Amino acid sequence: MSSVLTIAGYGLREALRRKVFAVVLLLTVAFLGLFWLANHFLFEHIDNVAPPAGIDARGFAGATIFGLAMFGTLFLGVVLAVFLTLGVVSGDAERGLLQPLIVRPVGRVTLLVARWLGAVAVCAPYVGLVYLGTMLITGLTGHWWPDNLVTPGVELAAGVAVVAALSLLGSVFLSSTANGIAIFMLFGAGLVAGLLGTIGHGLNSHQLERAAKIAAWLLPFEALYQDALRQLTAKTSGLTGFLLTLGPFGGGYTGGTAVRLWAVAYLLIVGTVAAIGFTRRDL
Amino acid sequence: MPAALAVRGLAKRYGAVEALAGVDLDVREGELVGLLGPNGAGKSTLVKIACGLVRASRGTAEICGVRADSREARRKMGYLAELFRFPGWYSADEVLELHQRLSESCGGERERTELLELVGLADARRRRVEEMSKGMQQRLGVAQALVGSPPLLLLDEPTSALDPVGRRTVRELLEELRSRGTSVLLNSHLLSEIELVCDRVAILLHGRLVAEGSPAELARSRGVEIETDGGTRLFEGTTREDAPRLVAELVAGGRKVYGVRVLTSTLEETYLEAVGGESS
Repeated sequence: MSSVLTIAGYGLREALRRKVFAVVLLLTVAFLGLFWLANHFLFEHIDNVAPPAGIDARGFAGATIFGLAMFGTLFLGVVLAVFLTLGVVSGDAERGLLQPLIVRPVGRVTLLVARWLGAVAVCAPYVGLVYLGTMLITGLTGHWWPDNLVTPGVELAAGVAVVAALSLLGSVFLSSTANGIAIFMLFGAGLVAGLLGTIGHGLNSHQLERAAKIAAWLLPFEALYQDALRQLTAKTSGLTGFLLTLGPFGGGYTGGTAVRLWAVAYLLIVGTVAAIGFTRRDL
Repeated sequence: MPAALAVRGLAKRYGAVEALAGVDLDVREGELVGLLGPNGAGKSTLVKIACGLVRASRGTAEICGVRADSREARRKMGYLAELFRFPGWYSADEVLELHQRLSESCGGERERTELLELVGLADARRRRVEEMSKGMQQRLGVAQALVGSPPLLLLDEPTSALDPVGRRTVRELLEELRSRGTSVLLNSHLLSEIELVCDRVAILLHGRLVAEGSPAELARSRGVEIETDGGTRLFEGTTREDAPRLVAELVAGGRKVYGVRVLTSTLEETYLEAVGGESS
């Protein structure tokens, strides 16, 4: 256990020292500034918003713009998670940082778990803070609050933790550059899955909707994001509730306890494959 | 008492390339063994298998009687990689502290102070790695390998980035370690260094052990050269013990003898002979 904490602390310290963290913080401030500006203009002229019949304009505007913030938060969290983990095995081995650690009486699996925990210890609070910041901006500017305040933020953080695990897995087999590209392509695939669901719904194509659902389950960070969107209007029922869950890059078509349990199982599977690959790898 | 490092029939294949083809080697307690060979001979692969970075295709490697890639074995050895780096934002003291925690060393600050003094970095204790010269980082690497006082040290080119003074520091350190009973497997291209400090030398070529012995055993006699009034003559195949007899014979034959030199081949010559002039 002390080895896990030592390595996790090492990873945490590395994360906070890296320039990418400062860059992400700067981008976050810019994002929050722009988001406040958008909220300010949107709610100042809320009368200009024309929601579908029977839906409250403020609720419609609030859920939509906060859905955008959820995507922005997920994206920034993913950027941070990927840059903190993309070179943990191959990259660090190429640079000679890994070997002095690996030859200590610390198992390779311990090292992987600890590095994942270190990344999550940075990314999860970051995602939580950005989520809280955007929620406060929309809440205080537009007087609209999500039905469920905490769960969506937790699910976004969990989605980022899944991406961090995938990135660690990739780092076992791929160089840093190849891994970074692969993980962002996976993230893009999740985005496409969400859009596919929206298109399927618009065309009334159950096949497309099914394909989108399968893709979201294959990439559970997307399913968690969709479930987080659903949680925004969890207490609003019927068509109103459904329309409000439509995020800017795909709606909340997938969700529920099964998705959350699957995300945990997925983490275990990804972790197991990474552990086997790392144990068998020559350095 | 098991050997500090015992390697039996060790083989490693990387695809079609055979890096090691069945090597037997022992490093006994308190022994300093030098590993020589051209680039690609399998030296680093052997060291990496011994410290668990690379999996052997065949054969066994044991450290103090336990399987080389086990946690127990890792508690008994220190390793300095040929290419290594420490995070630039760590100070020398923090690097050692991190490795103390990972190796479960109870040495605390006293051990860190001793190690930094041993490698001549006592004044750079708080200096960040990124502010250190390559040679200082290399010496810090040696100190890191010594954390926890392991009975076996595996050093892969420990002096490659050092200037002559730094090399001398490491050489003195190795002699100090030997006096403490620490076993060392030293992988180096510097033959003079190996010749000066090692008890035994093993030469690898194409993944096979082609010569092994003490530097004195490997440095064979090349004959006796005698300078007389008739010129200089080389008596090939003779040794130091033959010199008085040869001089006596020449004097009896009416020659005036002005000088006698016993010629021995250096480790370098033995090495070049063993590897057939290969460099990579």
